[in-house]
Amino acid sequence: MAGKTAIVLENIKKVYSMGETQVFALKGISLTIREGEMVAVMGPSGSGKSTLLNILGCLDRPTGGTYYLGGEDVSRLNKNQLALVRNKRIGFVFQNFNLLGRFPVLANVQLPLVYAGVGKKEMADRAKEALDWVGLSKYADHYPGQLSGGQQQRVAIARALVNNPSLILADEPTGALDSRTSIEIISVIQKLNIEKGITVVMVTHEKDIALYCRRLINVKDGRVLGDTPVSNPRNAAEDLAAIPEEREALS
Amino acid sequence: MNFIHNLEVAINGLRANKMRSFLTMLGIIIGVAAVIIMISVGQGASKKIAGQIASMGSNLLIVFPGAGQGPVRGASGSVNTLTLEDAEAIAGLSMVAHVAPELSTNATIGYASQTWTAQVVGTTPEMQMIKDWPVSAGSFFTGDDVRSAAMVAVLGKTVVDNLYLPGTNPVGSTIRINRLPFTVVGVLAPKGASLTGQDQDNVVYIPVSAAQKRLMGVNYVRLINVQAETPESMNFVQSSIENLLRQRHRLVGTSSDDFNVRNLTSVLETAESTTAVMTLLLASVAAVSLLVGGIGTMNIMLVSVTERTREIGLRMAVGATESNIRNQFLVESLVLCLIGGIAGILVGIAGSKIISKAFGWPTFVTVSSILLSAGFSAAVGIFFGYYPAKKAAGLDPIEALRFER
Ligand SMILES: Nc1ncnc2c1ncn2[C@@H]1O[C@H](COP(=O)(O)OP(=O)(O)OP(=O)(O)O)[C@@H](O)[C@H]1O
Ligand SMILES: [Mg+2]
Repeated sequence: MAGKTAIVLENIKKVYSMGETQVFALKGISLTIREGEMVAVMGPSGSGKSTLLNILGCLDRPTGGTYYLGGEDVSRLNKNQLALVRNKRIGFVFQNFNLLGRFPVLANVQLPLVYAGVGKKEMADRAKEALDWVGLSKYADHYPGQLSGGQQQRVAIARALVNNPSLILADEPTGALDSRTSIEIISVIQKLNIEKGITVVMVTHEKDIALYCRRLINVKDGRVLGDTPVSNPRNAAEDLAAIPEEREALS
Repeated sequence: MNFIHNLEVAINGLRANKMRSFLTMLGIIIGVAAVIIMISVGQGASKKIAGQIASMGSNLLIVFPGAGQGPVRGASGSVNTLTLEDAEAIAGLSMVAHVAPELSTNATIGYASQTWTAQVVGTTPEMQMIKDWPVSAGSFFTGDDVRSAAMVAVLGKTVVDNLYLPGTNPVGSTIRINRLPFTVVGVLAPKGASLTGQDQDNVVYIPVSAAQKRLMGVNYVRLINVQAETPESMNFVQSSIENLLRQRHRLVGTSSDDFNVRNLTSVLETAESTTAVMTLLLASVAAVSLLVGGIGTMNIMLVSVTERTREIGLRMAVGATESNIRNQFLVESLVLCLIGGIAGILVGIAGSKIISKAFGWPTFVTVSSILLSAGFSAAVGIFFGYYPAKKAAGLDPIEALRFER
């Protein structure tokens, strides 16, 4: 595992206080993830996977510990500084896509650039490029509601890519998709990890999906229970090619 | 860049809910239109009064005979204490610009085979100065005409219209007033109705001396118009006149005046300020309806924030700051209120015109009332948009992303 460190977590804790009771969602997590890694996070429901991902994504601050993103301590930044980090360095992919149904696909892909202060022309060019990269340039003027689930998730990936982030975080990106489409989406994520060298951290419930990653972190009860390399990661593109008949049947 | 984006998002949002946006705007439209209509009605009324003051003559004091309050008591005719000499003496007082005595009667005017009843007013040429009343043909009679009690007349527009064929020039012709022949020397420009609705153009001016000696056979005058040089000097002039007339009429000690001096301008000015208060009152009531429209806007903006909770979460996730989100919703409510405001201005202008036509009230749409209501609706947009926008900006991105409708 060569390369610079992308993420260093030192004893990260997260406590939710709800009046009298306190929920210890993360109880001290220490991790190092290097640039270009593709990591799966697994664990039972309520184990703290999403909480961890939200902290990695600078959507939330830890109650304790330190988080270095690309060497910079981001665990004490204020809200505006966190927004800037999310805008410039992180892309999100969600289980439910989170596209804005009121706006066409291209506008959805452009959204991060709006807050980066990019000019109109450059915004459109870069969004088209990202759409092209996920193979959906034909759908720029469609509305999200007119696309299939797999296509919508690819639009979401294009949106995550458009700002050239160094880290992409995906919380159960295939959770709402059938198995065939799941592999399609994983193939896009593998491609951006390999071709663009973007670090990927992905939460999943499915062992099958986790095996496409090169490292598997097991979380339980707010702690890291296991952290193992995947000996022979699967290649989604190859797996897709092996099931061409099903493609016809499904589409 | 961000502002344009916010504008696009706002317009997109308003278009997505056309009916709702329209109903929300309707509150603003009604409010703004009401403000404009109320102010224009009020402005119209005070313009009309101001016009009356001007047509009556500015800085005007009127001396009536008799001790009573005003012309009504004097009209009983029991006291005829004012004379031409009184008028001449008043003219000699300081700060007095013009003095015009008046002796009037209703009389039958005849020309050729036509007859018409009009008010015949005996006066001096200064009357024209006081009323600032130009002639449209010929000229007013002169001081010489007054001295010689010349049988000359100046006709008002209504009299001309009723005696002469259209297009004829009355100057030089001879009319009969109560069968006495008078030569027409001038025609007055039209002046319109007075505050009390009287036709001011149904009048014939003749030299006061002719009225006294030839027409009515009396040696008093009905009243004396006195124009002070400045508004500030009116009180001074009023008391000078009172002192002078008490002397001239040999009133000593506690014996009461046999005349009274009235400041009609101040009466009208009171009416004008009353109108201004009414305008303010009407506009305030209208402003309340604008306020209600603003509260409606706030309500809809709150609904809009709730509906778009996930969108807000997503925007935050991709890098929107709190102020980005706040501005987005502020721009949206501002757009809502400004479009409503502009529509309200148009409706208000149209409404004012309709009211003028339907009720015959004068209305006057002022630029300031338009600017006021445009500014007010923008202020409403910002004021009532601020809380929802603040609420949106304060959302936690994680919770917003998890929000289920
Ligand atoms: N905003 C919150 N307030 C209080 N408790 C919370 C909050 N968010 C998460 N938790 C608690 O923290 C713990 C970890 O939650 P988290 O969402 O990270 O679990 P997860 O591993 O993602 O579960 P799942 O697989 O079901 O998505 C849970 O016990 C949850 O109830
Ligand atoms: Mg989760």
